[in-house]
Amino acid sequence: MSELGQAFVTALRLIVELDPDLAEIVLLSLQVSGSALLLAAAIGLPVGAVVAILRFPGRRAVIVALNAAMGLPPVVVGLLVYLLLSRSGPLGPLGLLFTPTAMVIAQTLLIVPIIAALTRQAVEDLSDEIDEQLRSLGASFGQRIATLLFEGRFTLVTTLLAGYGRALGEVGAVIIVGGNIGHVTRVMTTAIALETNRGDLPLALGLGILLVGLALTINGLAQGVQEVARRAA
Amino acid sequence: MPPERQASPPLRVEAERQAILPLRLEAVTLRMGRTTLLEDIDFRLTAGPCTVVLGPNGSGKTQLLRICDGLVAPTSGRVVWEGPAAARAAEARALVFQRPVLLRRSAAANIDYALRLRGLPSQERARRIERVLTDTRLADLADRPARRLSIGEQQRLALARAWALEPAVLFLDEPASALDPGSTGALESAIRTIRGEGTKIVMTTHDLAQAQRMADEVLFLDDGRLLEQTAAADFFAEPETAPARKFLRGEIL
Repeated sequence: MSELGQAFVTALRLIVELDPDLAEIVLLSLQVSGSALLLAAAIGLPVGAVVAILRFPGRRAVIVALNAAMGLPPVVVGLLVYLLLSRSGPLGPLGLLFTPTAMVIAQTLLIVPIIAALTRQAVEDLSDEIDEQLRSLGASFGQRIATLLFEGRFTLVTTLLAGYGRALGEVGAVIIVGGNIGHVTRVMTTAIALETNRGDLPLALGLGILLVGLALTINGLAQGVQEVARRAA
Repeated sequence: MPPERQASPPLRVEAERQAILPLRLEAVTLRMGRTTLLEDIDFRLTAGPCTVVLGPNGSGKTQLLRICDGLVAPTSGRVVWEGPAAARAAEARALVFQRPVLLRRSAAANIDYALRLRGLPSQERARRIERVLTDTRLADLADRPARRLSIGEQQRLALARAWALEPAVLFLDEPASALDPGSTGALESAIRTIRGEGTKIVMTTHDLAQAQRMADEVLFLDDGRLLEQTAAADFFAEPETAPARKFLRGEIL
């Protein structure tokens, strides 16, 4: 059997057998990336919207920086967070290095620019259309931000998915700040990297197939929710 | 000058609402980049007459309304609300844009949104929503997504939303530009009803027939300049300026 075929069989067996070790890894992946998404959304959505409608000196530079930061290499973000959290770093005393919290912090930093930059673009386009009406109706700055984000909710779901996908799929940041410690900080991507190094390619590929399947499922669910909501508005 | 608020007995609603007028523009000029959109505009609008801002496309009508509604500050010159309630001018005016701008929610919720911004209690909001939807013949569509309505219905909904705010002054930018004659008639009759309730109407149009039906007073704009402020009867009988005469004859300016 080809390696790919074997990988599919492995993936299937992993799912069917519901291996507890695997379940733990999958759950931690979802937890870490989900927490990072929530944090990054709480920061990125308002920041993107504010940059979209506020005119201030240096705004262009901020937009360029945000857009460029979408391409931040995960290993670089991981390294920065590592330096912050390492024992001699400024946040060293918190003892967060090689914990899931450190992974959440790294992934949050990684995807805030993605969410903020895409939100900025979406809200700016939308504001061309409706912001003047909102101002005419007497909406305050905060009310305009909230309304624009709500009006852009269908586009912004895709934005959040892009961020989530980036977090779930990256390996560079979590492996540096998490350390890929079994039962503690091992997630799907770091497990794949490990199994590849060990030479267990079918297992690595099986995990990979599982990861892709997971991403597809999440996106499919989000798409479904979006379509139901869109019908009502 | 802060208005006197205490001690006076409650005014009639109409009288109170009108209290932000007159509106005076003093030497208002608006430039964007090197383009001059409005130049040295002076006028005074008083409560009562329906003012129609007339002029060819690109003459600056929309910019003039945006300045009056406080959406853009003039490059130079002043916009002054002279009435005793001038401090409340921002919430006593409303603007209906040429292209209706509606939010992704139901027709009724669009009106509710505007009323919430004014901090009105829910009973009062419900009362006004029902009232304006009925009077704009949209009651049956109250729960429909606003952006799925026809363009004519959207225009009426945008008008209904502004109406629900019970403004002292209502600015309308080409309110019927996208409508067929039947819808235009319905819209104009709604505007007349609003006017009958004591709201000052200031509307732009490039449609002469509509101007003649609606105007008590005409502001004629050409190329960013105010050429005439005249009673409608006089304007349509004998305009004072050559561009206005040409415009009335349907010639290209």
